[in-house]
Amino acid sequence: MAVQTLAGTQIQVTDDGYLEDMNQWNEDVAKEIAKEIGIELTDKHFEVINYLREKIKAGEALTIRKVGKSGIVDIKTLYKLFPKGPLKFSSKIAGIPKPTSCV
Amino acid sequence: MENQEKKPLEKVCMICAKGSLEDVYATLVMANGAVMEGIETKVFFTFFGLDGITKKSMNHLHTATTGNPAMRMPGGLPFPTMLGGLPGVESAVSGMMRKQMEELDMPPVDEFLEMITAGGGEIYACKLAIDMFKLKKEDLSDEVSDILTIGQFYEMCDGDRTQIIFT
Repeated sequence: MAVQTLAGTQIQVTDDGYLEDMNQWNEDVAKEIAKEIGIELTDKHFEVINYLREKIKAGEALTIRKVGKSGIVDIKTLYKLFPKGPLKFSSKIAGIPKPTSCV
Repeated sequence: MENQEKKPLEKVCMICAKGSLEDVYATLVMANGAVMEGIETKVFFTFFGLDGITKKSMNHLHTATTGNPAMRMPGGLPFPTMLGGLPGVESAVSGMMRKQMEELDMPPVDEFLEMITAGGGEIYACKLAIDMFKLKKEDLSDEVSDILTIGQFYEMCDGDRTQIIFT
């Protein structure tokens, strides 16, 4: 566990950079994490991110298949928005725990 | 001090030569997992593995109920081989496996192949096996990008951070 300063606030993160507490998240924090990964966030990104946060709050496990069926983006677009890490990077930017699913 | 620098995988090449439900799914889960990690992924289907990319059979794969020592009854008791040979038992067991996978959000094979190619993974069929089973390109899933010889596939497996996995 470590403390990182993101968007001017001290935030608890795991060793691989996922937020410890999803309530410490805000859009500026998201933008800063995204920048580190090399992603410029658009409205579409935020739609996905907000969807992921809602699902995690509801206690549901996430898979790219579920995101693909959400009506927000298809899987191909999800890969375009978050290249090389459709679930990993989107979860990190959304301030939710590292995904534990294999699909 | 030893050099501790990590050298992450850059490319995974998989060869699937078996056509049972669990063999094909093992390949698909590993391939999709690699794509999701941003690893370049290529999958080569050969021999009975072709069932996993043949339109007619890919969504109706079966699991072996005889000759499978890991097979258990739903409560965990051993599964008698004699039972596995009875009519209808194998399809019931395969159906049950598919249902349990669906609960874990594992898609049917056709959709799984689409997920892999959506992320840039590539699917190939073995020329020799295609000829042997008298199949044509049209018989295969639209996600199959080409029919190759094993030599052509190996040529794609270059790079010093590449692994070949045989399932």
